[in-house]
Amino acid sequence: MEAEELKVKSYITKYNNEKKALISILQEVQEEYNYLPQEVLKIVSKALGIPLIDIIGVATFYRAFSLEPRGKHLITVCLGTACHVRGGPKILEEFERKLNIDAGETSKDGQFSLETVACLGCCAIGPVVVIDGDYHAQITIRKVGSILKKHFKKE
Amino acid sequence: MRKIKKIKTIKDLEQSIQSQIQARKSEKKSVLTVSAGTCGQARGSLKVIKSLEKAIKEQNLEDKVKIKVTGCHGFCEAEPNIIVQPVNIFYQKVQPKDAKDITSETIINNKVIDQLLFTDLATGKKVSNENNIPFYKKQKRIILGDNTLIDPTDMDDYLSIGGYRSLVKALSDMTQEEIIETVKQSGLRGRGGAGFPTGYKWEFARKTKSDTKYIICNADEGDPGAYMDRSLLEGNPHRVLEGMIIGAFAIGAGEGYIYARDEYPLAVEHISLAISKAEEMGLLGKNILGTDFDFEVQIVKGAGAFVCGEETALIASVEGRVGEPRQRPPFPAVKGLWGKPTNINNVETWANIPLIIEKGAEWFSRIGTNGSKGTKIFSLVGKINNTGLVEVPMGITLREIIFDIGGGIPGGKDFKAVQTGGPSGGCIPKEMLDLPVDYESLAKVGSIMGSGGMIVMDENTCMVDVAKFFLNFLRDESCGKCISCREGTQRMWEIVTDITEGKGKKGDLEFLEALAKATRDASMCGLGQTAANPVLSTIRHFKDEYEAHIKDKKCPAGVCKELIQYSIIAENCTGCLACIKPCPQDAITGELKKVHVLDQSKCIKCGACYEACNFDAIKIE
Ligand SMILES: Cc1cc2nc3c(=O)[nH]c(=O)nc-3n(C[C@H](O)[C@H](O)[C@H](O)COP(=O)(O)O)c2cc1C
Ligand code: FES
Repeated sequence: MEAEELKVKSYITKYNNEKKALISILQEVQEEYNYLPQEVLKIVSKALGIPLIDIIGVATFYRAFSLEPRGKHLITVCLGTACHVRGGPKILEEFERKLNIDAGETSKDGQFSLETVACLGCCAIGPVVVIDGDYHAQITIRKVGSILKKHFKKE
Repeated sequence: MRKIKKIKTIKDLEQSIQSQIQARKSEKKSVLTVSAGTCGQARGSLKVIKSLEKAIKEQNLEDKVKIKVTGCHGFCEAEPNIIVQPVNIFYQKVQPKDAKDITSETIINNKVIDQLLFTDLATGKKVSNENNIPFYKKQKRIILGDNTLIDPTDMDDYLSIGGYRSLVKALSDMTQEEIIETVKQSGLRGRGGAGFPTGYKWEFARKTKSDTKYIICNADEGDPGAYMDRSLLEGNPHRVLEGMIIGAFAIGAGEGYIYARDEYPLAVEHISLAISKAEEMGLLGKNILGTDFDFEVQIVKGAGAFVCGEETALIASVEGRVGEPRQRPPFPAVKGLWGKPTNINNVETWANIPLIIEKGAEWFSRIGTNGSKGTKIFSLVGKINNTGLVEVPMGITLREIIFDIGGGIPGGKDFKAVQTGGPSGGCIPKEMLDLPVDYESLAKVGSIMGSGGMIVMDENTCMVDVAKFFLNFLRDESCGKCISCREGTQRMWEIVTDITEGKGKKGDLEFLEALAKATRDASMCGLGQTAANPVLSTIRHFKDEYEAHIKDKKCPAGVCKELIQYSIIAENCTGCLACIKPCPQDAITGELKKVHVLDQSKCIKCGACYEACNFDAIKIE
């Protein structure tokens, strides 16, 4: 944990140990670990002098943070208004069936997390799905299987 | 990229701008501008760029042509698209394999490639010049138009279209009062939602006495379905920055923040780059251009909370806290970030400033209507042929936007409604298509201008489902501070959900209306105060659809799962087998060239067969 602690502290010193940087620090932690591990939050709490409960409060308020480990691969289905009227919910259901998990869940083997978002700013080409940072435009129910295959054929 | 020497005086900046303008004028090469915003990239524009680079190299065309990677050109339906400049040929849906033809035909032989041209749906004719494409023709792209001209990562390119000229003017020829007076006279109103007159807001912040003041650029863009702010930050970040520097000077602010939506990585990248370049050049920092004006800008990334677009919640979030709104007054102009006077404007509002300073208040106020001046960028999305970002003069009618610019509804379907204003807005029906688009007219019919989302809906969109969608969004995003908002949105959602599931009762609509009004009247911030709009406007304009759900237990648009059934129309079914494989339930059986059969007991109404059928043989009712 010592090395870990140093790493986490380096994020914190980058922001001059300032309380106001809490959200930015949590964003860096989340980027590094893919979620916010309780142990790390304790380090942040001590270093910034913010009670852990308040940090958890912030972490649960903002959608971008997760207190649970997320899957190795992140699949995000847009359910913004534009994608909704073009059938976004049906696309989500197909992912849920294909991956056998519900939105917001991670598969048992830790491979996939399925999440939703309310708009990615690509509304013109909806329904939009992002898999590990790759944007897929105008997804249809039938395309779901093939993009999953294309993305994960190596595994 | 060439390293730019720091610019020390206003005169130096003026000279740099002039020399860049000259450099652009004397450019001998053709330019292939490739639209590569987030949406362009999603459609494969980066691959197109690679192929173009290869083709240019192979054909030794480096002296004749260059590639310019730009932000979004607005016509997202036609992505990836390329504009060949200076002749302005518009190529749409370009694939990597087309690169060679573009270089050998268009660049070497000056020939237009017909297959890559846009076809005017009304006349069936191909259109080559960008300006003649119906999508662009009725627009007035005084802000967005520059996206097609510049590489957003290159500050020189911005200078070459006269960028930062307004900053020169503001710093050398105008007093702070004159700048504010000009913005006031222009009639510019905030583009973030409420439409507050920008000049007056600046004046409040300027007049509040304090040693420290802040300005903020609201780039949270929470309205799901709107993406003009993303496009401006990605495609023309220096313009937003120029607006902010001028504003900070006028108001007397020394620090600025850009609060950017978490889901916009490319926008954050481009605006960060613009900030560091501006710092390097001396347009940000201490003693800007030799004056005694100091100004710095930082980016704060949001963390995915809609309510943080509200100004007091945004301030809380920048301070590192939970983003809950607070009671106003005091307004941020009096007590904002860390208790200091703070002026918040939306991205598009800031982007208008350089234009107003350069061309003057009178020029600007000639565009638009009496109460709504200038242009507004809308994201025209949903069930519409030409999807994309459109910039139009205020006062244009909905019909012109949807049918002349947008090219109408795909698949020969009927237009049903257009939703404006996002979760705080409302749905406007067919009968009101001739409504002029301005702040007052939209409010009159129960919607709002909002940030500019314009979601088009056709006969297959269920208006009760749309109301449910927004309520679900709002109950999720309500911060929970006011009970009226927290419980009001939840209860309205439950009632509307019941209606969509066939459990609606007599009296539900009256109860919804009463609840909606209570939520509006008792909530503190805009989220709760407007949360009822999507419900009230759909009840007002589409009551018969609600009643069909409640009384007849039917969803006329064929959306609400509990109220519909899929079946095969025997006369239309050719027995092509196309629907059998996609069905996840094996609910459809049949043989080649024989009418297929759908087993209702297995059907989960996923819609896969409907999507797969090419013969309109699947019926939803
Ligand atoms: C719930 C809620 C969400 C908002 N979201 C945004 C937003 O995403 N972007 C924005 O510019 N303004 C948003 N606003 C409006 C801001 O509070 C504020 O009025 C605006 O940023 C002021 O800028 P303007 O005067 O340039 O429009 C929101 C308001 C509310 C109540
Ligand atoms: S609504 Fe899906 S990208 Fe905007």
